[in-house]
Amino acid sequence: MWAFIKKEFYHIFRDYRSMVILFGMPVVMVLLFGFAITNDITNAKIGILDRSKDVVTREIIQKLISSGYFLPEVNLESNTRIESYFQQGSIKAVLVFEPDFALKMNENKGATVQIILDASEPNTANILSNYISGIINTFMSQKMKDQMIVPVSIQVQSRMLYNPELKSVYMFVPGIITILLMLVSAMMTSLSIAREKEMGTMEALLVSPLNPFQIIIGKVIPYVFLSLINLIVILLMARFVFLMPLNGSLTLLMAESLLFIIMSLALGILISTISKSQQQAMLLSMFALMLPTILLSGFIFPIENMPLLLQLISHLMPSKWFIIIVKGIMLKGVGLAYFWKETLIIVAMTLFFIGLSVKKFKIRLT
Amino acid sequence: MKTLPAFIRFNQISKHFGEVKALQYVSLELAEGELMGFIGPDGAGKTTLLRIFTSLMLPDSGSVTLGELDVVTDYKKIRQIVGYMPGRFSLYPDLTVEENLHFYARIFNTSLKQNYHLIRDIYGQIEPFKKRRAGDLSGGMKQKLALSCALIHHPRVLVLDEPTTGVDAVSRMEFWVLLKSMQQQGITILVSTPYMDEAAQCDRVALMDHGKVMVVERPSVIEDNYPGQLFSVKTNQMYRLLAELEAYPEVKHVFRFGEVIHMTFNSSKEEEIVPLIKDYLKQRNHEQISVSRIKPGIEDCFLSMMETPQKA
Repeated sequence: MWAFIKKEFYHIFRDYRSMVILFGMPVVMVLLFGFAITNDITNAKIGILDRSKDVVTREIIQKLISSGYFLPEVNLESNTRIESYFQQGSIKAVLVFEPDFALKMNENKGATVQIILDASEPNTANILSNYISGIINTFMSQKMKDQMIVPVSIQVQSRMLYNPELKSVYMFVPGIITILLMLVSAMMTSLSIAREKEMGTMEALLVSPLNPFQIIIGKVIPYVFLSLINLIVILLMARFVFLMPLNGSLTLLMAESLLFIIMSLALGILISTISKSQQQAMLLSMFALMLPTILLSGFIFPIENMPLLLQLISHLMPSKWFIIIVKGIMLKGVGLAYFWKETLIIVAMTLFFIGLSVKKFKIRLT
Repeated sequence: MKTLPAFIRFNQISKHFGEVKALQYVSLELAEGELMGFIGPDGAGKTTLLRIFTSLMLPDSGSVTLGELDVVTDYKKIRQIVGYMPGRFSLYPDLTVEENLHFYARIFNTSLKQNYHLIRDIYGQIEPFKKRRAGDLSGGMKQKLALSCALIHHPRVLVLDEPTTGVDAVSRMEFWVLLKSMQQQGITILVSTPYMDEAAQCDRVALMDHGKVMVVERPSVIEDNYPGQLFSVKTNQMYRLLAELEAYPEVKHVFRFGEVIHMTFNSSKEEEIVPLIKDYLKQRNHEQISVSRIKPGIEDCFLSMMETPQKA
């Protein structure tokens, strides 16, 4: 048994390409998701068409710029060129102040400001629109207060709990942990078992007195270690590169991750019992594991917004439950009492996959 | 040999893969300590038969027993006493020679130290390269390493599937010497090979073709039982010789055999045939004609049996 584990480590460490995948992937993915793939908006380029050019409009423009979210790229003189700027893609939004803005405002006629957005990127357009209206609203209520007018409108004050700055990296880190643990555990084990089949060494292992359980455990243990190392790397990066807090217990997080790792490994073995070659194992783990994990786990797209059928399917994704757990521990800082149900679901899935793969593991060829 | 009680018994084994009948009612017996060769072309069913014996495959029908053990129901015990060297190189190319050996020793619950004496003859030859990765070894050395790994747990039966395929002639000879020394230690050996010339090295051979065992006999007996007389023909016009000999009346078999052509005749006057053939060829402008009666080899026997299948 020990010999088997040792052998497996030799395989991993001597194959420098898989080493790079194993340890480079978490770093690259965390950096990618953390920096590049972000929904946060900074320095969005906007155009301004100020037909009024008075104190109030200047003040509003100043507020927008000083918020740090916007960069005034062009000052337009008429609306004829707006279209061409959008077509070039050089700006994301145009702010149009009507003539005599300050005058109309002071006369209580109500001044209008128009926001024209490039909705070929709907998410960005939405966020920009929200930001701009937010800033203008704040400015208006501020103005009203200064002029001792009591606003009749209801003030909505929202407070964002657990992620006050709405940093998307907080959302991505639990997702990346999930994807990577799944990837390393499931894909690597299924590949390494498929490789034995491909190279014919499985034949030699099968004629040995080793039973399927020993072969599986021997295959799995090295990858448990590697996955844990990966987990630690991701957590350290989240903590020190993205300054993400870990509000809950680290031990609990590790324990839950271990559970999830074991589940993924069982899944990987199941995949390898079905597939005949490394290529097949790779494709299966890509399509059967990675895509659903990314799309249906609530990592990027909220499950609540999906059609009912997809919502039901998402319940079958182990990653969905694990992401809930990780978010619970890392962001909310809650304990097992709050996600024992999710934990139980993963335990049940683990047992199911292990049972199935031991049963499906063939003690003979073909 | 034949008087010894049967140790391994193949009983009416059949196996098919889809439409292909890989084995059809194969029966044969081996005595303990025997070196049995399974000889036949690719696709004859040798590998399937050996895999069924090593419990890697289930037969569709029939049974195989080793002593009291049945290979299907007692597969766990079978796997402990059988050493198997698969046809494809089945070691880990990214592990060193030594690591491979240690690994196979460990999974059979033994150690290299404990059983070093078993493989000293073989392993000794590759030990200078023990730090080298198995993937970097030459074909002959790979075979020796694979044999060492198959022997490390002191099996009572050794099964080798085409161990000499793809190995140079010298290494092949050495390999057979090693197998003989294994046999001296009391190990029963089942070996398959597509090379007919290796038949002579075996105690008995089973000639196989299209999933059937045509004959199981000592190589010398097979050669002695060759039906009819065999002649070897050679001229300076080898290119058209084959076709012209095939056109000769009374001819039974003609086949190319390396540099020469081997042929047999239906004619009863076999002593007169040599001058007749020589005249026949002279008329057709052949020169340097040599026709001689020769002792048939296993390959001749095999080819003649393929034409007229015998009951095994």
